[in-house]
Amino acid sequence: MLEIDNLTVEFGTKKVLDGVSLTAEKGKVLGIVGESGSGKTMTALAVMGLLSPDARVAEGSSIQLDGKELIGLPEKKLAAIRGNDIAMIFQEPMTSLNPTMRIGRQLEEALRLHGQKIPSKSWLREKVMEALKEACLPEPEKQYDRYPHELSGGMRQRVMIAMGTICRPDYLLCDEPTTALDVTTEKGILELINRIRTEHNMGIIFITHDLKLLRGFADKVAVMCKGKVVEQGSVEQIFNAPVEEYTRRLIASIPDRQHRRNVKAAGAEK
Amino acid sequence: MAEKRTKVKKNIYFRVGLGITLFFVVLMFVGLIYTPYDPNAMNSSEKFLAPCLSHPMGTDNFGRDIFSRVLKGISMTGLVAVSTVAIGGTIGTIIGALTGFYGGIVDEIVMRINDTLNGFPSILLALVIVSILGPGKYNVILALGILFIPSFARIVRSEYINYKNRDFVKSARLMGAGSLRIIFLHIFPNILPTLLVTITIGFNNAVLAEAGLSYLGIGIQPPDASLGSMLSDAQSYLFSAPWYAVMPGMTIVLFVLGFSLLSEGICSK
Ligand SMILES: Nc1ncnc2c1ncn2[C@@H]1O[C@H](COP(=O)(O)OP(=O)(O)O)[C@@H](O)[C@H]1O
Ligand SMILES: [Mg+2]
Repeated sequence: MLEIDNLTVEFGTKKVLDGVSLTAEKGKVLGIVGESGSGKTMTALAVMGLLSPDARVAEGSSIQLDGKELIGLPEKKLAAIRGNDIAMIFQEPMTSLNPTMRIGRQLEEALRLHGQKIPSKSWLREKVMEALKEACLPEPEKQYDRYPHELSGGMRQRVMIAMGTICRPDYLLCDEPTTALDVTTEKGILELINRIRTEHNMGIIFITHDLKLLRGFADKVAVMCKGKVVEQGSVEQIFNAPVEEYTRRLIASIPDRQHRRNVKAAGAEK
Repeated sequence: MAEKRTKVKKNIYFRVGLGITLFFVVLMFVGLIYTPYDPNAMNSSEKFLAPCLSHPMGTDNFGRDIFSRVLKGISMTGLVAVSTVAIGGTIGTIIGALTGFYGGIVDEIVMRINDTLNGFPSILLALVIVSILGPGKYNVILALGILFIPSFARIVRSEYINYKNRDFVKSARLMGAGSLRIIFLHIFPNILPTLLVTITIGFNNAVLAEAGLSYLGIGIQPPDASLGSMLSDAQSYLFSAPWYAVMPGMTIVLFVLGFSLLSEGICSK
């Protein structure tokens, strides 16, 4: 279990997270939804220990992984944990891969850094190939030697997923992984994440501003607004009986967002 | 369409710049091992010969072959430029990478020192350093090398500040990559294009600075020939033997032009 309890993060006197409490379980999908600026990314970064140095985690905050407290852990121990136990996929597939490293090389780097024993070069390549195939990347042999800019956004996000899951973490944090993609590609990515979750019993934390995506996908949904979790419950609960006015507005805003997406996708299909 | 045209034009810059620069690199090596005449051999019967078949660039006030001296001068000036950029570039890049990546108080202090150094006209600083160390090619290299540190440090630092918060760097860190690994393996290849431009501009400035110092008489010392010291010697004979000044002068212009076109071309790539 990954338990976030009373997490409060401040920049100077500005509270960007205010008493956030969430629980993610292995094999389940926790959806976090909220409009932009509501603190979703900040929550993910706090879990990964990637907050910028000017951010302060307030007294009384707690993030526990299977009962082990992560806040205040020295960098060395944290590094070991986040590589092997929690991985993260970022929103922008353009910037989350190193533009100067070949795809295969980046995945190999992931394996190397995770401190696994590497018996041989061919073993490395085999492992990477396996991960690329699992992520359903078309023509993996070819992509192996390519640079990120030669891949489409959807393909890059598949590479990111392969990279995040190559060492079989217990939890995968996905920060709006499909926001930069068109609708059809988005569907494929969601399916992929779901399949990997069931196959490896991974816990997924799926961040989005698009509530609709979580329908039929998430087990639990947390609604965030201005750094607070304002509502939490099953997907049905949130959709059918939203308690908060804010949640109702999120549901109501779906059609026009969908429309905008379609227009954008039609213009920039690749 | 218009964008495409400027791209093609920039590409021509790159090619011509590369051509000129390679030509000079060849001349540099030629000058090291071969000159048609001994560049320092004086011959009182052949003073101030205008360019002719046996002396394509003429001779100077001591009857020395100007072409041979220009060749030697290119080697010398090139050597100074390469060493200077190597010193300034290496130290500057390391300082810039570390301060940019880590930030904090050390960064503040180093950058204030940097700004202060940058505030002075560089030729003035070079003058001060050389007058402390004394003239001669090694001291010129040292002085210019130190002078070049701040500009490299500043540019590399801003690149590292730009890159350190990119998602792929966060991602590498998430996987457990250490800071040094991130600095050199993950970020450094990304700044190479910028570094390349900075290096070409550096060569450009180094050639001019060496010429400037030697022209002022505190750079390369006789009997060593450098393009700047030849210009300095030639100025008294500007009207009686104009080729003496024109030949090394044109060489400097062409040399610098090559680097300028090259950096312009790389910039747009
Ligand atoms: N360095 C910072 N200093 C002050 N406020 C910040 C900083 N970084 C982010 N914030 C604030 O934190 C809030 C939450 O941001 P974020 O978690 O990125 O939102 P979301 O991912 O939900 O769109 C935003 O209101 C943003 O303005
Ligand atoms: Mg965000």
